[in-house]
Amino acid sequence: MPVESLFPRLEALLPRVQKPIQYVGGELNSTVKDWDEATVRWALMYPDAYEVGLPNQGVQILYEILNEMPETLAERTYAVWPDLEALMRAEGVPQFTVDAHRPVRAFDVFGVSFSTELGYTNMLTALDLAGIPLVAADRGDDDPIVLAGGHAAFNPEPIADFLDAAVLGDGEQIAIAITEVVREWKAEGSPGGRDELLMRLAESGGVYVPKFYDVDYHPDGRIRRVAPNRPGVPWRVHKHTVMDLDEWPYPKKPLVPLAETVHERFSVEIFRGCTRGCRFCQAGMITRPVRERSITTIGDMVEAGVKASGFNEVGLLSLSSADHSEIGDIAKGLADRYEGTNTSLSLPSTRVDAFNIDLANEFSRNGRRSGLTFAPEGGSERMRKVINKMVTEEDLIRTVTTAYTQGWRQVKLYFMCGLPTEEDADVLGIADLARKVIKAGREATGSRDIRCTVSIGGFVPKPHTPFQWAAQADHETVDRRLKALKDALRGDKEYGRAIGMRYHDGKPSIVEGLLSRGDRRVGGVIRAVWEDGGRFDGWSEHFSYQRWMDAAAKAGVDVDWYTTREREENEVLPWDHLDAGLDREWLWQDWQDAINDVEVEDCRWTPCYDCGVCPTMGTEIQIGPTGKKLLPLTVV
Amino acid sequence: MAQRLRVRYAKRGRLRFTSHRDISRAVERAVRRADVPVAFSAGFSPHPRISYVGSAAPTGVASEAEYLEISVTRQCDPDRLRAALDASLPPGLDVLDVVEAGSGSLADRLECSVWQVRLPGADPVLARTAIEQFTAADRIEVERLTKKGMRRFDAREAVLSLHMPEGSETTAGQASSQSCVILRMVVRHAVPAVRPDDVLTGLRLVADFAPPSPPEVTRLAQGPLDPRTGAPADPLDLDRDMTRGGETGPVSEYVVGDL
Repeated sequence: MPVESLFPRLEALLPRVQKPIQYVGGELNSTVKDWDEATVRWALMYPDAYEVGLPNQGVQILYEILNEMPETLAERTYAVWPDLEALMRAEGVPQFTVDAHRPVRAFDVFGVSFSTELGYTNMLTALDLAGIPLVAADRGDDDPIVLAGGHAAFNPEPIADFLDAAVLGDGEQIAIAITEVVREWKAEGSPGGRDELLMRLAESGGVYVPKFYDVDYHPDGRIRRVAPNRPGVPWRVHKHTVMDLDEWPYPKKPLVPLAETVHERFSVEIFRGCTRGCRFCQAGMITRPVRERSITTIGDMVEAGVKASGFNEVGLLSLSSADHSEIGDIAKGLADRYEGTNTSLSLPSTRVDAFNIDLANEFSRNGRRSGLTFAPEGGSERMRKVINKMVTEEDLIRTVTTAYTQGWRQVKLYFMCGLPTEEDADVLGIADLARKVIKAGREATGSRDIRCTVSIGGFVPKPHTPFQWAAQADHETVDRRLKALKDALRGDKEYGRAIGMRYHDGKPSIVEGLLSRGDRRVGGVIRAVWEDGGRFDGWSEHFSYQRWMDAAAKAGVDVDWYTTREREENEVLPWDHLDAGLDREWLWQDWQDAINDVEVEDCRWTPCYDCGVCPTMGTEIQIGPTGKKLLPLTVV
Repeated sequence: MAQRLRVRYAKRGRLRFTSHRDISRAVERAVRRADVPVAFSAGFSPHPRISYVGSAAPTGVASEAEYLEISVTRQCDPDRLRAALDASLPPGLDVLDVVEAGSGSLADRLECSVWQVRLPGADPVLARTAIEQFTAADRIEVERLTKKGMRRFDAREAVLSLHMPEGSETTAGQASSQSCVILRMVVRHAVPAVRPDDVLTGLRLVADFAPPSPPEVTRLAQGPLDPRTGAPADPLDLDRDMTRGGETGPVSEYVVGDL
């Protein structure tokens, strides 16, 4: 059945919307395949605006891998802004892909990648615009399988009613496996309809199909049990781990948009996973173990990616990039290769140690010198022990002083507010730290022309972390502490003017907390918010705390119960049947250690402390050094 | 700086929705992919020496005649550079002409533009009347929101000609809902700029002429006003004449690399 392009109908609407270029597709390295030659077709969505969604690595990787497969086609779709949404509704134009402007409902699989829970309402908009029933149970055989992935899919329970399926972990191999299951089922003539297809996916234990699990509750609201409701469905669903990143060197051909996006660079993931063990960090817990990409593959990917894209910045991505076993050689090798080409390198997520200043100097050799950012996360030594961020005040002062003496004028420090066991004094400690940073910097440089910005995020307890049992701080407490910190900085005559402070109020964190640790009953709140016009909840200008609270009240959901309530050890958590590999007893022990200020080392350099991931998942740490170096590029 | 080149490019089809900033990023990247030896500015934050000449066709407006200048560090053959840059840019951003810059400012040569405006669904009879009333007027004040706020200015004087080209009306037998009016106008560049939408506003003011759907606008040409034709001449002809005459030295005596 031929599927016609929606572009002619969309085109008539574009002169009437903001930034129309984001809807026209045609990015360099994008792919349009023949519809009828494909037997399995994916629509991939990043549920945020194009400018945020396009650079997303996960979507770009899957898009490329799926399109490389024969008889398989993948196109992309993003959240449309309210101005276009209104016109699409008025003119009856459905949710479209940007590649060939095909209607999303015509695809076999609608895969949505959730980096954050705040994209949930945008998925509902897309489903509704696509003409796909919001609730999975209402869908028929002509509707795509709605599949969630990404970090937020490690607890998909709040959106379980809207999903047909979810996958946990690395997407490369499971996307291919799902494609083959769908292809085989279609080739057989789609026996048993979508129910059988979902059953075939669920049986493997690698795809979670919410409707095959029943949730029972205690009278007090806690979950009693989550159990499969038909034979053949496994009790637990496991996450996926790609072991050899050198075998998966994607993206090879990065998408280069015409529209301006949030990251204008070619990014290479230099390793996946992190075992630093920061207790607040969901990414560090659910992506274990550490798997490095080799220095030579990184060099090849950068070379090919820069050539294919024309980007003038290369980002070396990971959860803690300076931890790559050969980061020094990578930095020097790349800086040498791109000397004189105005190609700059950036290294997000670095830790607080002096070595990173050398790296930063290396990286700024060929281009602009951006700011330096460090993340002590906690304002006091005690707080940093609780969260297992093993950085001492001396480390920080020494590192920052080195940066200032080497000519950096501006340093940014990241902190969190609302951490477990936190008291007012811990947050005020941020002011002390910032003062000491400026004082040391002035002494070392003899200059008053140095600045430091403290940036503060609200802490949200996340599933599959030691803090999954913790009480989230209420927003009044967070706001009070932030105000005290602001007053302390503002009132400081000696150093206050050299210190900037960036923060958000505590309310959005409460909604994020509700969605992060919510269960299926929270789905009604999401739907009510969406019906009330909730869109783009990650954008402060669109987010409405009141709308969420009103919707929760309407749905009979007690927000405090989900957010500020501490859980007991034996409480069944909504995501307990979803297996990230972490041993529940180890997580509990780590939670107890947190409360007692006990730190845990990184298992890359110390013996295994039995977090459980490697034996459960059949994986192991993959790190160098390989001893190889990057050779100069041959000049043509 | 070894050489300065002047480039005429088009933005066509769906790429008419690119903004000027979008184009500038796309060109920068295309230049890098095509290995054009572009010169960089000195300083803390070096940027490629590419400058855009004249006022860019607005977002949503197609163009057959946009101009930029690019400085390169080695002598390049203009034809090869045209082909390389065109291949490197996405289809729809098309490089049409490249010449070595002669003396004189290109910006000064861009005196006027030819615009074509397609008005799907508009009534040709009403359009003809509106054009007559527009051209008969001495002055038509319109308002438009500019960067400096709401401005009121004359949209009439800058319009050197305005007509419906032959054959642009509905083919016989078509219902008026399917008709399509095509307007062609030559507009002198002025401050504030008079744009095709200002002329449309003028047509609405003088004759209540209001097309039912958004106009599709294309800049067909821009350049120095040729008094004989009442339309712009090719602004790059002057560079071609100069370089052919050998005034600024021979072009592409040697070629480096692929360019």
